[in-house]
Amino acid sequence: MRKLIFGLFIAFLPVLGLAAGAGVPLDHIKTDHTDKASLQRGAAMFTNYCMGCHSMEYARYKRVADDLEIPAKLFEENLIFTGAQIGELMKNSMNKDMAADWFGAPPPDLTLESRLRGESWLYSYLRGFYKDESRPLGVNNVVFDKVGMPHVLVDLQGLCAVKPNIGKKASVEPLSGNVRNADACPEYAIEGSMTGAEFDRAMYDMTNFMSYMADPIKVERERLGIFVLIFVAIFFVFAYLLNREYWKDVH
Amino acid sequence: MQKLLNWVDERLPVVDAWNKHLAKYYAPKNFNFWYFFGSLAMLVLVNQLVTGIWLTMSYNPTGEGAFASVEYIMRDVQWGWLLRYLHSTGASAFFIVVYLHMFRGLMYGSYQKPRELIWLFGMLIYLVLMAEAFMGYLLPWGQMSYWGAQVIVNLFGAIPVIGEDLSLWIRGDYLISGITLNRFFALHVVALPIVLLGLVVLHILALHEVGSNNPDGIDIKKNKDENGIPKDGIPFHPYYSVHDLVGVAVFFFIFFIVVFFFPEMGGLFIEKPNFEPANALKTPEHIAPVWYFTPFYAMLRAVTVDLFGLSAKFWGVVVMGGAIAILFVLPWLDRSPVRSIRYKGWLSKIALTLFAVSFVILGYLGLVPATEGRTTVAQILTVVYFLYFILMPFYTRMEKTKPVPERVTG
Repeated sequence: MRKLIFGLFIAFLPVLGLAAGAGVPLDHIKTDHTDKASLQRGAAMFTNYCMGCHSMEYARYKRVADDLEIPAKLFEENLIFTGAQIGELMKNSMNKDMAADWFGAPPPDLTLESRLRGESWLYSYLRGFYKDESRPLGVNNVVFDKVGMPHVLVDLQGLCAVKPNIGKKASVEPLSGNVRNADACPEYAIEGSMTGAEFDRAMYDMTNFMSYMADPIKVERERLGIFVLIFVAIFFVFAYLLNREYWKDVH
Repeated sequence: MQKLLNWVDERLPVVDAWNKHLAKYYAPKNFNFWYFFGSLAMLVLVNQLVTGIWLTMSYNPTGEGAFASVEYIMRDVQWGWLLRYLHSTGASAFFIVVYLHMFRGLMYGSYQKPRELIWLFGMLIYLVLMAEAFMGYLLPWGQMSYWGAQVIVNLFGAIPVIGEDLSLWIRGDYLISGITLNRFFALHVVALPIVLLGLVVLHILALHEVGSNNPDGIDIKKNKDENGIPKDGIPFHPYYSVHDLVGVAVFFFIFFIVVFFFPEMGGLFIEKPNFEPANALKTPEHIAPVWYFTPFYAMLRAVTVDLFGLSAKFWGVVVMGGAIAILFVLPWLDRSPVRSIRYKGWLSKIALTLFAVSFVILGYLGLVPATEGRTTVAQILTVVYFLYFILMPFYTRMEKTKPVPERVTG
């Protein structure tokens, strides 16, 4: 019978490996929701560069300010551009119909994007733009072919002249364990204000922030989970001893 | 306290019921690992009911508001994330324990005379549970909710003559819409839970009428002592209540690891496309039902030939329905003189192993996109699945069984 149970588990194993999925090669990263400094930089970058077009309409500013330990006043003054109250949802003022005319499809809400696409996908996508004159906006993306989005961060990264090497030549950063590819772009058509490594760091922060936004309770959930498991383990000991005591007289 | 109990007992047989179902319900003393899953199914049912009630308090059952209200529960409702993960993980846990519970029944012949009705009620529970899970899965109103429901409801369209009208009637619209969501919500939170609870009561009443089977498949009522108590029986309470408590602790440990650390279970319990709101104009690349439906989904896709002027899709639906329907007649297919797999012959053992393996692999095949090779494998395994039942009357009668002991073993 033990063999049977074991067999069942073995049979289920391949199913567990499914999550990764196929498709384009990606640069893989691990996000860290406890790195408040990184999340704060990511929040600043997201609200400044992304929120004009992309809302985060399922989340509230206040929650972000509290979780990221940004003082409410500072947050209101620097990170809210729509005149919204800090307790409001993170919407923007882009008209969806007009946006559809401009870009082909309205820019999607990004609250849950990280859970939809995956962190490594986001990190690779943000670093995957390159010059392609055949596209209406002059740019394409190695991770998302024929993407409708312009390269918003061109001031920072510059514009890569050829397809960046995403998912190739990966190297592991020993301290964080993140897999990086610092010189993804070998040749720039337009120079940006950041070096390749600086831009990678900024995109890591942005991805980290988006990952946090998609699952803001993660750190607290895992912290609580430990206590719950400890409780259940102690409960098991008492249940086991109680059971043994009763079953002593069954022969 | 005693006076209060007497007062109530004179008006309602509470003491009698307590004794009949717990304190003097004699269960075989040789229950093993596989006997935890009945009580665990009850535990999960209670979890689903309680968390479901609280989720209903903050959920908005409209096409416009459903997706946002789930995120509202996840972000703004106190402990909402926990309620939702308990409920979503509970749904998968329900099927895990029910599948193991059913497999126990197959192994030890718990469906055989006189337990046919228990098996039938159990199968009805399984059927209602599938409907309940299917309708519940639409409620978050994500892309996979939407397109999963679209695919499954469209299956009814494959039925000749009435098909199209039938699926229209189920949806209440020409495509899955807020109207469908509203009716699925009503069925999910009111109608089906009532039916489910009723069936669970019948399942347990029928069980307590004839008594529990055991790993040896022996009738313990044949061996009674001078007080009329089965020699191999022990009162359910306290022996099995404390025993099940240990099982509950182990179950909770695994369950909470998922709830607190892997609530999406790598996309198995909460599928990734469901983090995008339902969009009738955008079909996801790959539509897969949740894992607990995939064995049947694989069988549906395995049928690729038109037959007698009817479409392959129709025959796929027939095969899928048949795969579930055939389980109902199981008590009348098994002709073996013994119940438990322990005393059946090697033919039964091989058949049961092949059946379990084919079910699990079909489950995997239903999750991944179909290719030519995979479809061939699914076709072979679908045949294996059905042969387990169709050949059962023959191999159970042909094979040489081992002698069954008088009293239960270990």
